Amino acid sequence: MSAKDVLSESIEEYLEVLYKLSKEDPLVKTSKISESLNIAPGSVTQMLKKLDSMGYVHYSPYKGAVLTENGLIKAQKVTRKHRLLERFLYDVLKIKKDKVHAQACEMEHVLSDDAERALCHLLEQPDECPDDLEPIPACNFKFTTCEECKERSNEEIDEVGDRNEKLVSIADLNEHEMGKVSFIRGDYKVIRRLMDMGITIGANISVLKIAPFKGPVEVSVRGSTLALGRDIANNVFVEQTV
Amino acid sequence: MDNQKTYYFHDPESSRKSRSNDLKKEHQKEAEFTVALAGNANVGKSVIFNQLTGSEQIVGNWPGKTVEMAEGKLNFQGHDMHIIDLPGIYSFSTFSMEEIVSREYIAYEKPDVVINVLDASVLERNLFFTLQLMEMEVPLVLCVNQMDIAKQKGIIIDTKKLEKALGVPVVPTVAVRGEGLQELVKTALKVAEHKKDCKKAVKYDAIEYGGELENRIRDLAEMIDSEKLDLDYANWWMAIKILENDPEIKKLVASKSHKIIQYADQLAYEIEKIHHEPTFAVMASERYALANKIAAGAQIQTEIKISFSERLDKVLTHPFFGYITSAMVIGGLLLWTFVIGGYISDQMTSFFNFFQPVPTSETDPLYAILWNGAFGGLVAGLTLIVPFVVPFYILLSYIENSGLLTRVAFMMDTFMHKIGLHGKALIPLILGYGCSVPAIDSTRILETRRERLLAAFAITFAPCAARTIIILSLVAIFVSIWWALALYALDILIIFIMGKLALKAMPGESTSLIMEMHSLRVPSFSVILKQTWNRTKSLIYLVFPLFIVGSAIIQLFYVLGVLNIISDFLTPLTVSWLGLPAFAGVLLLLGIVRKEFILLTLVSFVGTDLALALNSTQFIVLAIVGMLYIPCLSTIGILIREFGWKAAGTITAANLITAFIVGGLFAHILPYIL
Repeated sequence: MSAKDVLSESIEEYLEVLYKLSKEDPLVKTSKISESLNIAPGSVTQMLKKLDSMGYVHYSPYKGAVLTENGLIKAQKVTRKHRLLERFLYDVLKIKKDKVHAQACEMEHVLSDDAERALCHLLEQPDECPDDLEPIPACNFKFTTCEECKERSNEEIDEVGDRNEKLVSIADLNEHEMGKVSFIRGDYKVIRRLMDMGITIGANISVLKIAPFKGPVEVSVRGSTLALGRDIANNVFVEQTV
Repeated sequence: MDNQKTYYFHDPESSRKSRSNDLKKEHQKEAEFTVALAGNANVGKSVIFNQLTGSEQIVGNWPGKTVEMAEGKLNFQGHDMHIIDLPGIYSFSTFSMEEIVSREYIAYEKPDVVINVLDASVLERNLFFTLQLMEMEVPLVLCVNQMDIAKQKGIIIDTKKLEKALGVPVVPTVAVRGEGLQELVKTALKVAEHKKDCKKAVKYDAIEYGGELENRIRDLAEMIDSEKLDLDYANWWMAIKILENDPEIKKLVASKSHKIIQYADQLAYEIEKIHHEPTFAVMASERYALANKIAAGAQIQTEIKISFSERLDKVLTHPFFGYITSAMVIGGLLLWTFVIGGYISDQMTSFFNFFQPVPTSETDPLYAILWNGAFGGLVAGLTLIVPFVVPFYILLSYIENSGLLTRVAFMMDTFMHKIGLHGKALIPLILGYGCSVPAIDSTRILETRRERLLAAFAITFAPCAARTIIILSLVAIFVSIWWALALYALDILIIFIMGKLALKAMPGESTSLIMEMHSLRVPSFSVILKQTWNRTKSLIYLVFPLFIVGSAIIQLFYVLGVLNIISDFLTPLTVSWLGLPAFAGVLLLLGIVRKEFILLTLVSFVGTDLALALNSTQFIVLAIVGMLYIPCLSTIGILIREFGWKAAGTITAANLITAFIVGGLFAHILPYIL
């Protein structure tokens, strides 16, 4: 393995950890990263400075790092590959739950985007990883629903292009935050039900309330109030607006 | 999804015939006009229906379906009208039985006018449905209801502007107070009369979608027109549905002309190329864009007011207080049912005090069958079912119509997911603690047959009132209260284990919660009473014949001595495996009618001091088996009605097997412990 590959792998590992930790607080402390990756704080600081220079994070000394939009998109991509692979190892290859994580960590860096898409089709648009039930981020193709993705061949995929926008699932929004629906994951039936209720692509949606214990999310869309189970909320992605 | 498919009409011709026969046709024949009420759920449709029809209603099931429908009569200015209340839906796709039933009703029965009821406070979402009715080209009147709630939220609607934008007459109403209803009926009558005169489908110009879409719909509609398919749906609407890839309509058209489907597939592909979205998504966006435009033009948001109901809502879904209020709602429902029910039950029991079973051996056998059996069954029904069911239904109806239920479901969703169900399934399960029959009846609030079956299965193991009586009187009195509590805990454990097992046996995607949280409101008292009456009535029709006939048949067997033969036949199971006395076979057979019969018959065999006949192990084993072994006759009856013979048989077998395994294990282990 060349030194360059090693570097890019370790960048991806950092971004993955940053993504996971930033769910609790966008500003991720150096000490937390050092704890998660089991790397000395000094080295972490070095790396964060490097990531800052590459435009993936904003690093402020003694405080920590915040993912930039670019960093977030890259972090989501690698996290998505990791969690898809976990699903594949667990569902298809029947590898034990406690072993999938380490294996997926190794594989995620070499999985191509085409393979990622094929894996998603094979697994029928999975939405959470098997070990800790964390949601799988949306893909970076410029699709608005999974239905459309299923219709497109591999040759057509370049035509579709990349989304390159920051997507957040409404389950990850806080109370009173809002966004514009830009991608819905799931089968025909779910997408259709959501659209009938007013959650169409481009609709403005705002989160009113989040029930505790991973319960439903109450949202307001088109003047009506809906409760969406957490599993559905995980699959409705928005571009956040203020 | 697969389960739901069985409800679809695969042959529209035959279903049309059967429906026409099943529907209360004579009602319709004498009426001059047929009026259908359609709209989203919780917009006040039933209130309007009740106000219009008064006591002249029939509530029944759609043939072969568990979709309820209500029909009634209204005489207005000398005109007889037949009114039908269609189920509350959000769209005309094929994802629920309600949606299919509604669109087929409109297409096949061709009501003279459809009154589309809208919630004024959620105008845009409601107009999405209105546009689909207009696509179907039905004669239409819009009833913008709950104007008062909209006003409380600071929304003012200019119905004249709405009328102009849509080209459909619009009447504002506040149905709970009867405001605007006269005007509504008058307008509906005018539209219906006009329709009778010109006998043509109504074409609405107001619906205009994007050019690239509109042109293709028109092309396809023209092709359908030229092919002369002679179907009941409007060509325009069918064109849209085929483009949207609606499985039912596609199949219907494909059976007549393949050319249309081929052309439609090509058009759909073109649309998808332009929009980068599936056509159904493009259509949904287009409809909403239009609905948004029309709504925005007709309403003004004056100020954003926070009403009392919104403040109350904050408490009900609060991360801490929400659980307390949910517990209060559930607890209150149970407490109210048992306290009120218990009181009424006591009163009725003392009223029926004259009823004492006669000793079978000393009387005329026929008299024993009629008195002990048939009349005994009737008394059991009157004193055990009615007193608990009526107060329960009243409060349940209140909780449902006020919007409290949706808040409880919102808070409890996470917990219900553990057994493959979502928040709304909590209600049937709670009900199961009272009586399995209304509990299984109420599984109708769940979306899919699979979920209803899962819930019903769990309910058949729930410690209903009759089971509680057995546990208390056999174990608490003759063994110890702690063993009684242990059995209760065991039962809950078994529910959980069996729930998990059923989940394994019936794998499938569990439906996630997508639920409208409509504004909290004080429900209409007349709707609650009507709902309670209709529910109680349908339950009585089901349960009473079963009680009377079932109990008479068992008495007949008893008199003929058949019971003893079966009981002897059962001895390997009852005596060898369960370690019970031989007469336990008779007890368990009689217990099929009603669980309490186990106790009553036991008393009639050995007198009140049961300890003379059974030891502690036998008490516990008999209680376990009695608690689990079979759903009672009326529960089996409602299982058959709701899910068919096969499912009812499977559930009963699962109950039996569980009971004998658990009972036998206890019979063999307990002697070492006690």
